[in-house]
Amino acid sequence: MSTNSAVKAAQPPALELEGVSKSFGSVAALVSASLRVEHGSIHALIGENGAGKSTVVKIIAGLYQRDGGTFRYRGEEVNFTNTAQSKDSGIAVIYQEPTLFPDISVTENIFMGRQPTKSLGRVNRTLMRAMVVDLFSQLGVKLDPDRPTRGLSIADQQIVEIAKAISLDARVLIMDEPTAALSGVEVDRLFKVARSLRDEGRAILFISHRFDEVFELCDTVTVMRDGEYIATSAIADTTVAQLVRQMVGRDISTLYPKEVAEIGDDVLVVSKLNEPGRFHDVSFTVRAGEIVALAGLVGAGRSEIAQAIFGVDSYESGSVTVNGTQLRKHDPVAAMRLGLALVPEDRRKQGVILESSVARNITLAIRQSLRKYGLLRAQTENAAASEWASRLEVKTSALDATAGTLSGGNQQKVVLAKWLATNPSVLIVDEPTRGIDVGTKSEVHRALSRLAGNGLAVLMISSELPEVLGMADRVLVVHEGRITAELDRAEATAETVMYAATHRSAVA
Amino acid sequence: MMASPTNILGQSNVFARLGSIGKAREAGILLAFILVVAVTTTKNPNFLFSTDGFRDLLVTPALLMIVAVGQAIVIITRNVDLSVGSVVGLSAYLTGRVFMDMTWLPWPTVFLLGVVFGALLGLINGALVAFAKVPSLVITLGTLYAFRGINVMWTGSKRINASDMPADFLALGTSAWYRIPVITVIAVLVLAIAGWYTYTQRGGRELYAIGSDPDAANLYGLKVRRRVLSAFVISGALAGLAGVLYAARYGTVNSQVGLGLELQSVGAAVIGGVAIFGGSGSVFGAAIGAFLLLTINRALPVLGVDDFWQRAVVGALIIGAIVLDRLAANRQIRRLVALRDLDQQPGDSDSDRDRELPSDNTKAVNNV
Repeated sequence: MSTNSAVKAAQPPALELEGVSKSFGSVAALVSASLRVEHGSIHALIGENGAGKSTVVKIIAGLYQRDGGTFRYRGEEVNFTNTAQSKDSGIAVIYQEPTLFPDISVTENIFMGRQPTKSLGRVNRTLMRAMVVDLFSQLGVKLDPDRPTRGLSIADQQIVEIAKAISLDARVLIMDEPTAALSGVEVDRLFKVARSLRDEGRAILFISHRFDEVFELCDTVTVMRDGEYIATSAIADTTVAQLVRQMVGRDISTLYPKEVAEIGDDVLVVSKLNEPGRFHDVSFTVRAGEIVALAGLVGAGRSEIAQAIFGVDSYESGSVTVNGTQLRKHDPVAAMRLGLALVPEDRRKQGVILESSVARNITLAIRQSLRKYGLLRAQTENAAASEWASRLEVKTSALDATAGTLSGGNQQKVVLAKWLATNPSVLIVDEPTRGIDVGTKSEVHRALSRLAGNGLAVLMISSELPEVLGMADRVLVVHEGRITAELDRAEATAETVMYAATHRSAVA
Repeated sequence: MMASPTNILGQSNVFARLGSIGKAREAGILLAFILVVAVTTTKNPNFLFSTDGFRDLLVTPALLMIVAVGQAIVIITRNVDLSVGSVVGLSAYLTGRVFMDMTWLPWPTVFLLGVVFGALLGLINGALVAFAKVPSLVITLGTLYAFRGINVMWTGSKRINASDMPADFLALGTSAWYRIPVITVIAVLVLAIAGWYTYTQRGGRELYAIGSDPDAANLYGLKVRRRVLSAFVISGALAGLAGVLYAARYGTVNSQVGLGLELQSVGAAVIGGVAIFGGSGSVFGAAIGAFLLLTINRALPVLGVDDFWQRAVVGALIIGAIVLDRLAANRQIRRLVALRDLDQQPGDSDSDRDRELPSDNTKAVNNV
């Protein structure tokens, strides 16, 4: 590639991390991260969800402080304690969702906090604007410097961020999944800008989930897994297959045994579901007794599909059928009546009422049917709740303890119990074990598995490969709003799922 | 070919017009103010043309204007200062008290003392908001009652009379400079300095950035805490100034001074186009809003509108201003998005070529 080896030899690497660790409470986000980014290079950092890429970025930016290891910037060890310090040293971070001030003009956004001034400390607007016009022509983009940034497309907002980085004369640019929200044309424009910055000798750290982009743009790639450094290789010396292996290369243990269940008739039939910009042409079925996993990367559109099926969100065309009856779109009440239940991703926001008792949480969805003469007696409530609490083995001191006192895993069981109390025929669970410790995880898995064994049709969204491979009878892989692969239990391996999750076209 | 960079400039005319919505907003309020004065004056010429009428027109809103300028600065940072009324009351009483108890102090020192005292109260608010990370609505609601409580406890049933204060100080409240009341001159000076600061200084511009998106401001590495803290100190100092001027102008101070000023000042800012969620508007708008609010209050009785409707009119004004802002903002967003799409749509290949033109240009120039 076009990296200049003379330049490389002449100066220390732009960024050098060695054995960096970082924990949040008892959770280790980084165990031992290492990274070496040279000047004049576009370096890819890849890894599964939760591999620790974002934590690395935040440590470099000074948003987090590392617990251990060394971090050298241009040969010198640094300890950034806030973003201003890293910025002043010449490190610019462009986040996936740019953070601009919507009410303020493009020009002032670029120079906020360091505007050029004239006498009496007055901001020199004329000079500032001229500098922006200059920057934009240097980048080859057409953007009005006077408009507020509200209403700009994500692509244009990123251009504003890049202009800011250049105006700071940043030596290192970190782009955290910059292409996630961009169209093809916009990606091309971004790549052109990135290459010209590289040719000026700047170092770029490029974080992406798309292998095609990594191979098109970058010259070096570092793989991380579970908070650890795995390997760095020159793009020319590696292949997609090799990278995938490095990304997922752990033992898929038998932690998540799905019990054998009798597979019955089609219960949930989704046909050609389509909502522009979110998901396209989604069709699949889930049968009684079956667990079907929706796998893919965060942001691939899986939760959106689930919410459209359940009726929380609307969709443009297509149909959803439960037990032979077609659902009206955008009508969750009707969906519930027909036997659909959705356990959402964000437990705290959408699932449990932390301040209410366990019993009240469990009976929340069936309160209407429990009342007598319009009154709900604590006795009835507790009776209904205790049945489900014992079936799912919810560990609580008492049924009238508040849900907030339970552990994450047990809260998740309460949410499950709430929906199971409605006696559904289809259960949709979105990331059922996110943020749950390993021990309780397998309890949740056992509960789900037993439910399927009793004839429930389960659609499970999960970003954790072991969970998907261990639990699912079939795996549907979603990439950018499309199902790119449908794999049965025998076909589904870490490699096939990860390949489909990162490629636009289906596996042959 | 060389024309393409100027495209950037050419386009901006449209935005210059869009940007002027903000200025038009202040102009609109000014127009409404003039209209109210004109209509009322036709009904009763004394409203403007008598000596007292002219004086009242300028002096009545001056105190609110000073408080509203401080309030606007706080609201721009996406906060609110509900304690200003109590700060005005407490500083007014402190001023009177010091005149009574420390008669040997020259009046300008006492004047300054009142302002600094207000700033200290503002510092309490600001520190609680910036460091304890409690929403300003709650903090200043608390200090609104706390400061007033201290005031009532301290004042009791006593009150301070004009005879307790030096004549030179009281003259501030009654004298005029070329027929313009001195209090109004002070208010306009405050406005000018605040306007200059928020428009031309980095610190002032950062207030807008912080209010526009506090999280982004943190990521930018702006000194968010320090700016928010200073916004509250400014608001407190201006409320303190208003308290001192209250004592000078009215000569009597009891424990009820400044009651309700907090909502009037928020109202003035909102009417003047300061967005309640921060990030936009100007101190000028808030100042004109204060003038409009109090002038309407005085005009309605002259026009024969009864008390109940007077309050309703003020309410309608505030709601109207917010609805107007929302509509204008929605229209602006639609236009901004439309302009963006216009920029990107006309035949994908065309716009591609457009985008690449400037860079080709610069390359050509570089080669030469």
